[in-house]
Amino acid sequence: MTEVKETPLKKVMIIVAKANIEDVYAGLIMANGAVMEGIEAKLFFTFFGLDAITKKQMNKLHTATVGNPGMRMPNGWAFPTLLGAIPGVEAGVSSMMKKQMDELDVPPVDEFLDMITAGGGEIYACKMAADMFKLTKDDLCEHVKAIITVGDLYAMSGGEGTQIIFT
Amino acid sequence: MAEKTFAGKTVEVTDEGYLVNKSDWSKELAAEMAKEDGIELTDKHYEVLDYLREQEAAGVTLTIRKVGKSGIVDIKGLYQLFPGGPLKLSSKYAGISKPASCV
Repeated sequence: MTEVKETPLKKVMIIVAKANIEDVYAGLIMANGAVMEGIEAKLFFTFFGLDAITKKQMNKLHTATVGNPGMRMPNGWAFPTLLGAIPGVEAGVSSMMKKQMDELDVPPVDEFLDMITAGGGEIYACKMAADMFKLTKDDLCEHVKAIITVGDLYAMSGGEGTQIIFT
Repeated sequence: MAEKTFAGKTVEVTDEGYLVNKSDWSKELAAEMAKEDGIELTDKHYEVLDYLREQEAAGVTLTIRKVGKSGIVDIKGLYQLFPGGPLKLSSKYAGISKPASCV
């Protein structure tokens, strides 16, 4: 019989590249879950994911009501794309989603970042995307440790039991 | 399931070390459980354990966010009290079930 040797997970590098509520929260929940288990976690926000750490945008994230096949009406029917395009619908659906998450004790983005950093997790912004969107460290929330390059990210990813996760 | 002896009493625990019978819990047992992990329980630790026991008895699903808002300790403090497992370890020492929430 071959012996199965498991290497425990010690560090996760989580990359968030999109600004939809679900994409951002997937990264936040995984990072927070990691620090709660004693696993080192570093979050790297790039492209539209930068919205989640940009002071002006971070608590105003939306979920897409157009082009989202998983979107359903409360009764289970498919959500018509044309309905999703009506002004205000996306905001309404997004605020409903946030309310439902709050009921499960999933906090708003800024508070979630407080929780992750309180547990020793670290938050980084991507240099190239920040340059592209003309964002400086002052535009980003105080949780952000630094604006770094992809090379810096890889340099932080060393060590046995490290995984890079792209959400 | 496994059996372990804490404070001179043999109790049933799950494979992950959580008490099977909540009535087996005592302060001394909590102290010995924590000692196994290298943690010396202080009054502050016991305040957290009491809070967790009360909340679980009330049927609340516990999260670190709730503990952070309890007024006993903030989340950073909770990580310092129970390094490497703020909710997992505190729940274990409080003699309640393994946390069932992802936050």
